[in-house]
Amino acid sequence: MEDSTGQIVKVAGPLVVGAGLPEPRMYDLVRVGSQRLMGEIIELRGDLASIQVYEETGGLGPGDPLFGTGGALSVELGPGLIESVYDGVQRPLDVIRSATGDFIARGVEMPGLDREKGWEFVPVAKVGQEVAAGDVLGTVQETKSVEHRVMVPPGVSGKVAEVMQGSFRVTDVVAVISGAEGDTEVTMMQRWPVRMPRPHNGKRAPRDQLVTGQRVIDTLFPIAKGGTACVPGPFGSGKTVIQHAIAKWANADIILFVGCGERGNEMTEVLLEFPELIDPYSGEPLTKRTVLIANTSNMPVAAREASVYTGITIAEYFRDMGYHVALQADSTSRWAEALREISGRLQEMPGEEGFPAYLGTRLASFYERAGLARCAGTEERTGSVTIVGSVSPPGGDLSEPVTQATLRVVKVFWGLEDRLAFRRHFPAINWLISYSLYLGEIEKRWNEEVAGDFHRLRSEAMSVLQREAELEEIVRLIGVEALSPAERLVMETAKSIREDFLQQNAFDEIDAFSSLRKQYLLLKLVMTFGSEAGKALEAGAGIKEVIGHPMRESIASAKYTPEEDLEELEALIAEVEEAMKLVVEGVVHDHELTESAAGRAREKVKKVFDTY
Amino acid sequence: MSIKEYLTVREIIGPLLLVDDVEGAKYGELVEIEFPDGSVGTGNVLEVSGRKVLVQCFEDTRGLSIGKTRIRFRGRGMELPVSRDILGRVFGGLGDPIDGGPEIIATKRLDVNGNPINPTARDYPSDFIQTGVSAIDGLNPLVRGQKLPIFSGSGLPHSRLAAQIARQSAVLRKEEEFSVVFAAMGITFEEANYFIEEFRKTAAIERSVLFVNLADDPAMERIATPRMALTAAEYLAFDLGMHVLVIMTDMTYYCEALREVSAARKEVPGRRGYPGYLYTDLAMLYERAGRIKGAKGSITQIPILTMPEDDKTHPIPDLTGYITEGQIMLSRELHRRDIYPPIDVLPSLSRLKEKGIGEGRTREDHSNLSNQLFSAYARGKEAKELAVILGESALTEEDKMFASFSDEFEREFIRQGEFENRTMDFTLSVGWDLLRLLPRAELKRVKPEQIQKYMKQVD
Repeated sequence: MEDSTGQIVKVAGPLVVGAGLPEPRMYDLVRVGSQRLMGEIIELRGDLASIQVYEETGGLGPGDPLFGTGGALSVELGPGLIESVYDGVQRPLDVIRSATGDFIARGVEMPGLDREKGWEFVPVAKVGQEVAAGDVLGTVQETKSVEHRVMVPPGVSGKVAEVMQGSFRVTDVVAVISGAEGDTEVTMMQRWPVRMPRPHNGKRAPRDQLVTGQRVIDTLFPIAKGGTACVPGPFGSGKTVIQHAIAKWANADIILFVGCGERGNEMTEVLLEFPELIDPYSGEPLTKRTVLIANTSNMPVAAREASVYTGITIAEYFRDMGYHVALQADSTSRWAEALREISGRLQEMPGEEGFPAYLGTRLASFYERAGLARCAGTEERTGSVTIVGSVSPPGGDLSEPVTQATLRVVKVFWGLEDRLAFRRHFPAINWLISYSLYLGEIEKRWNEEVAGDFHRLRSEAMSVLQREAELEEIVRLIGVEALSPAERLVMETAKSIREDFLQQNAFDEIDAFSSLRKQYLLLKLVMTFGSEAGKALEAGAGIKEVIGHPMRESIASAKYTPEEDLEELEALIAEVEEAMKLVVEGVVHDHELTESAAGRAREKVKKVFDTY
Repeated sequence: MSIKEYLTVREIIGPLLLVDDVEGAKYGELVEIEFPDGSVGTGNVLEVSGRKVLVQCFEDTRGLSIGKTRIRFRGRGMELPVSRDILGRVFGGLGDPIDGGPEIIATKRLDVNGNPINPTARDYPSDFIQTGVSAIDGLNPLVRGQKLPIFSGSGLPHSRLAAQIARQSAVLRKEEEFSVVFAAMGITFEEANYFIEEFRKTAAIERSVLFVNLADDPAMERIATPRMALTAAEYLAFDLGMHVLVIMTDMTYYCEALREVSAARKEVPGRRGYPGYLYTDLAMLYERAGRIKGAKGSITQIPILTMPEDDKTHPIPDLTGYITEGQIMLSRELHRRDIYPPIDVLPSLSRLKEKGIGEGRTREDHSNLSNQLFSAYARGKEAKELAVILGESALTEEDKMFASFSDEFEREFIRQGEFENRTMDFTLSVGWDLLRLLPRAELKRVKPEQIQKYMKQVD
């Protein structure tokens, strides 16, 4: 054991001030107390270093030793990441559990990657080949879904002098590269400081859609691979359900789920459910492509602050291999609160609502680590990191600092609303306030990959929903009779869009995931009803017959059509057209009826206005 | 071990004492404070800086003086002595017996702050708890290991509801060991007495552990009370294998005590003067609910909080809602109309519902039926709002049906007796009966087969 290199002088919650560390640097990792708790230097004043400690600090006092490590907080990157469950500073929670029991004890030092496990390394690079940082030396089949590409670590380049084949542990040498400064032994494991973005060869504008299988997201407010999105909403509006749905069904190669200061039982749900669920793309259990970071709300607050960085660094590492990675951070508000707490202990001058003034910068630099990038290395490949961060605004008030700072940087906004959740409309994404700035790019792709009229249907659906909101105002003021038959139909079509298209049951086996093709057909079905019924009305059909048509029940249950029977939906669309034509032919005019009702309503409006 | 005594108190500000020239004090350490009159109180270390120590006093600081107060550092954190004998006992807010009984002969002394449950050790809560209250069982069911708070307001019958839940869910499982841990924070003698009497009457007291901090007890003690209670609960659940129901009332007073300390420390406040770490602090309490893989017992929490001005965006209910797995919301309007329990089911929510109900747990139609009732009630309420503005004649025929459905729903489904213990089947059949008021075509959330099977046919 190394000698003690410093002493604690002050303890205030998760913040410890120490003195006597030789040459302390900002964000250096320090071991605190005789239990060697992990901590990180976040402020320096003369000889004094303020250290945020990633574990509970009870029992520490002045005079206790400090041990400098000279390095920054880093993560271990290599085979073994997938299927792991880490805490905020990359300690494997399952390993900790077998070592210390059901409750997390303090001062546990655990490497992020299993040191003993052997991995079958298959070389790709040849001896004598010139390689640069980022080039693939060999591969390891990490899980059935993920081929781990072992790359030349950043900062190393030269000629491959030696490359092995066979079963190795992560710390064994698998290749030797001789460069200008001599030979470098390369292992399967790299270390990288979490607060520093990993290098790449330049970013590109995201263009491919990240299909999530959620209709309101994919059709109305799509996100691109390499994009950023935020999901703000008050409690009970279903943020976590959306995050889970994306983690389950998104067509990304790797999923990184960061549970940052949220409920323990939610992480348990992920832990128990993901091994059971089958990835629709690879046919393997979802865990085979997932890395989990669980720093629940009752775990130390400073580690919560670190957890999003640990997550994004692992995500970048997989991006460098040329994969598309989706990172879910649930919730960034808890992360911001951790910043606030530490900032308060440092007695910094607060910005809005007690948050530190650098909140916006920190958030922006985190989201900026997303993107579609040309990976480092001589061969041409691209990979992406998509970030979806949930935000938990106090009282559901979107004007609060974290939401506002996030909205400045993200390109997609899915605004959740508790009013919709109360009506059990899930996902409770409000279609009027949400937006996606990737829509233009993605619509172009739809033309090629889904159908030429998809984007037309989408914009029609949006305008129907918009129109509904206006008409609702009128209905609220003077009642539904005041509407013309055409307006009634708009209301009904909007209702159908909401109930038969947007509402999606995350707990139903079939409804939980919709392919783009199915989304298109469902939307087309609903919109065909709208347009055909409109024609029927013009031709003289009565509104009641149109909106009360039995066909609508088939439309309502269409979303439960399994993916393999999508031709049924096409048939249904044709049936709807046919049915509406029949309505026109068999019409019994009840013009008088609707006319008189509308007349009565108009009179009522007059009365209302007269009284004022 | 010799314990040093310090007479070096330099400042007393509110509940805080600044002690100087201290050697070897540790963060979080338990402190004995001897008053000039000889009485002894407790405190703990909030901050140590060099030889200066900031102590939070859990007692009223009246009578303390700078020169004559003696401070002893105990060399350990705050602990609770536990053994099976804690069952049936009443303790004060700091864990000392106040029922006149003997001291607990401890088999174990536990740190009251506990340690977080390793997320990989948690087992998902999925065992339905029948509370016998339709509005909960039918629509927002409680499961073992859940934390489901009651959001109430002053003057609403949250205590009666909590007592009813404790009473009725307790009698259901005779074969398993069940116990109730009750933490009172800042509530009145009458309220606390109501619970104690309730537990006595139903003989539940033998299976209960009570921690009582009353409104006239020192406010600072309240910060320790829920920690005591949850430590006892953890011992009962994970050492003795019992299913523990923890009722904590009133969380609002707990949070106010936290705010008082924070203000005395001149910390940068978050919303409404509450400290920025309120979320973390509450999470440390609420997250102690749960189940552990392989352990027989479980901890289910029902915290009660009164929302200032019935405002659920107030920081206390707001942050609570972000941590707990749903909430039971009480409504003043229903209470005024004499509906007991006045549970407003629309904003109420049980997040663990889907996992706890359905075939093999309750009944296969449970989930669909509850969704149908929810949406029909929501629509009925909307129609009624509309009727208030426009008059009932402005409603469509359907809206009128929904409006009368929502009235009946409140009368038949939500309203029930304080001692009425409804079975699951009864609750569901009341629901199906009510759906008969609506046109069949509107019942989109239940399956036709279910309508066939469960809805009583009338000619």
